[in-house]
Amino acid sequence: MSVLILLIGFSILIAGGFLVAFIWSVKKGQYDDDYTPSVRMLFDDKPIAEKKSSLTPKQK
Amino acid sequence: MLKETKTRKKIATQCYHCGEACDTSISTDEKYFCCEGCKFVFQLLQENGLCNYYELSDRPGIKGKGKFSSQRFAYLDNEEVKRKLIRFDDGRQCHVNFYLPQMHCASCIWLLESLHTIDTGILFSKTNFQRKEVFIDFDTSRISLRKVVELLAFIGYEPYISFNEGEKKKAKKISRKKFFKIGVAGFCFSNIMMLSFPEYFSSGNIGQADLQNVFSYLNLILSLPVFFYSANEFFISAWKGLQQRWLNIDAPIALAILVTFSRSVYEIISGTGAGYLDSMSGIVFFMLVGRWFQDKTYDSFSFDRDYKSYFPLGVTLIKNGKEETSTINKLQKDDKILIRQNEMIPADAVITDGEGNIDYSFVSGENTPLLKRKGELVYAGGKQLGAAMEMEVVNPVEQSYITQLWNNDVFTQQKNREKSFIHPWSRYFTVILFLIAGSSALYWGINDLSKILPSVTASLIVACPCSLLLSATFTFGNMLRHFGKNKFYLKNSSVIEALSRINTIVFDKTGTLTHSSQANVVYEGDKLSAEEINMIYSLIKESVHPLSRIIKQELISKHSVQPLRVNNFKEIAGKGIVGSINNKQIKLGSKQFIEGNGSTTSLSQTGEVYFSVNGIKKGVFKISNQYRKGVAEMINSLTQKKYKLQVLSGDNAAEKNNLESIFGEHAIIRFHQSPQEKLNFINELKNKNSSAKVLMLGDGLNDAGALKQADVGVAVSENTSQFTPACDAIIDSHEVRKLHKFIQYARSGKKIITWSFVLSILYNVVGLSFAVQGSLSPLVAAILMPVSSISIVTFVTAATSFSAKRKGL
Repeated sequence: MSVLILLIGFSILIAGGFLVAFIWSVKKGQYDDDYTPSVRMLFDDKPIAEKKSSLTPKQK
Repeated sequence: MLKETKTRKKIATQCYHCGEACDTSISTDEKYFCCEGCKFVFQLLQENGLCNYYELSDRPGIKGKGKFSSQRFAYLDNEEVKRKLIRFDDGRQCHVNFYLPQMHCASCIWLLESLHTIDTGILFSKTNFQRKEVFIDFDTSRISLRKVVELLAFIGYEPYISFNEGEKKKAKKISRKKFFKIGVAGFCFSNIMMLSFPEYFSSGNIGQADLQNVFSYLNLILSLPVFFYSANEFFISAWKGLQQRWLNIDAPIALAILVTFSRSVYEIISGTGAGYLDSMSGIVFFMLVGRWFQDKTYDSFSFDRDYKSYFPLGVTLIKNGKEETSTINKLQKDDKILIRQNEMIPADAVITDGEGNIDYSFVSGENTPLLKRKGELVYAGGKQLGAAMEMEVVNPVEQSYITQLWNNDVFTQQKNREKSFIHPWSRYFTVILFLIAGSSALYWGINDLSKILPSVTASLIVACPCSLLLSATFTFGNMLRHFGKNKFYLKNSSVIEALSRINTIVFDKTGTLTHSSQANVVYEGDKLSAEEINMIYSLIKESVHPLSRIIKQELISKHSVQPLRVNNFKEIAGKGIVGSINNKQIKLGSKQFIEGNGSTTSLSQTGEVYFSVNGIKKGVFKISNQYRKGVAEMINSLTQKKYKLQVLSGDNAAEKNNLESIFGEHAIIRFHQSPQEKLNFINELKNKNSSAKVLMLGDGLNDAGALKQADVGVAVSENTSQFTPACDAIIDSHEVRKLHKFIQYARSGKKIITWSFVLSILYNVVGLSFAVQGSLSPLVAAILMPVSSISIVTFVTAATSFSAKRKGL
């Protein structure tokens, strides 16, 4: 039955990892705006020929 | 959310950029525009390859930009102003956040995030659509703050920079805590539940004793963050209530959590049982989710604006004959300032050079612009429609006539909200619970001593006060969303209860009951030829008077017009306009202006604009207030339901008869009301009758005092880029006709909550019957709590949606 304890230990560790990821994403501000990203992802990228050779925007 | 479509009447041509009705005079590339401004913006976007703007949404442009007075943003070069607006500046990168109320569609988002394409000085821009904000990161060596704002204004997204922006920084961090607490509680709850399954399925008899211990102690460890971190707001709130000798809704919940935790800890450490930690963490998790659901906020609205959000930030000073920019809070008596066309007068001042044609419609409700000459005193808050003028300040901004209104105590106090009707319920609940627990303790004390503690603690655990709280939070949360769907945005859920208690309603007239920009236009006289229509249209295009705008809209919507050249155009404020077209003298104005006789009452009072060609009168345009659609029916049903109605208007009494026919004879209707008088009236209403609960419906700065004084203050908003005074709720101007339905819906909320309390009591009876016997297994507790919570939530959600449908919302 030590296997069970090992398994439980690992699964809680992994689940804990997800919790940490969640907290990190909230801290980073990913949940501050839950609407605009849904619109933003539908925009098309400009075809390469048209793109100006200026600075490309930093993706924050 | 992105469905803010502009409704269009059927007309010949629409501007390619902003969609407004226009003639065919201005065009390029086979597209028509309503003005040069729209054409300029189109050309700019075309040059930079940004025409995708027009593909993403239908005519997304904002009218009338693409040009500006070059000095308008001069104050942004001022160092102090810069310091107030800029968030971060390291010499190369500069971060600034602007509020752009004109943001309304996908195209806006796309264009604002493509700013770097138009000017390489802008490194990066990111929008937050819900808050209508844009974050811009720019290189100060290549573009200045002023030029960034000028660019934004040029394409139609002029940032809303008011005196207030310079004063405070918005607090954003608060809502994140909620997510952390919910995340932690959810994580622990689900893991504890999973680890408790062996306990359930073996009815308390796990074969291997050491496994039993492992599970129990793991549960204990997992429950610690829930008890000490996620649940602490319940304890803090209950403690605060107790300090004031008041049992609020959080008290029974805090008690339940505390008892559950303590008993579980005792059982686990002493090895006598598995505890009820799954129920405890479940309670905390559901409560927190309920609270988050209830706190629906509308980030792009502000419910707390005062005059500081209405006044501009910068002003042009004239020092030693030279123009300088400064912030308005620095204005002193005797300072000389320059006010250009379309700028707002920030402080009471006397005109020293030039003429004032001042629009006070937002401040006082009067539609007619006031004509002021050199030497006359002009009050702050009005907008100058005429050409630039020089003025001398008489009072600093905080002591102006209009800002005095905000010195009234009503602005510093919190609204006296009656305690929610839920609190008495929670008190009865706690009392009854203690009675039951006490009597079961008594019973077992006589019959079987060992069962006292189990039964008492089990009673306190299972009598789930969470269903009480969940009823309220989910009902209110759902109702807030239904209201929002109908464009009635409430500040928070306590407004719903305040709404349900209303018995008296006070209306403002201009902009609330009537359209502020549209009006009824009826033409009487000789039939107008096509040439005459074009002549009137051409003359009117040059005028800034609000009546001119109204006639222009009317002409464009009914005929296809072609503007002609106007020579010698002159606008005589308060009287009329004159010009010569095709060698004929065209005049439009008051009776006295056209015919030389008749009374000297101002144009807006009579609403009659006469028209003459070469001195011969041809006809008259009769303009009257247009009441919003459905208002008469709404007033009718409110009168039938025995609400007391009154009307307070800052305008003149021209509409008296119309209003009396709509409101009936019992309503009090007053005109020429100043902002202070409106506030006093509401005060009087409440003093005369202590059971009077007043709802005030208004739209301008002149209603600000009354909105604060009323029990529920509702601001009417024509479009979201307009300023709204401090209020409890914002209603879209098209939905004013549904006011009676909104009030009825708020009332039904109370009924729904009461019924769900009954439902939750049933659950409690079932649970308590197990608990008092001292035989409450963790399984029963773990099942009862989620089942009751979920069924209550489902019930109130279904009931509120059903009720909304029934009321026609």
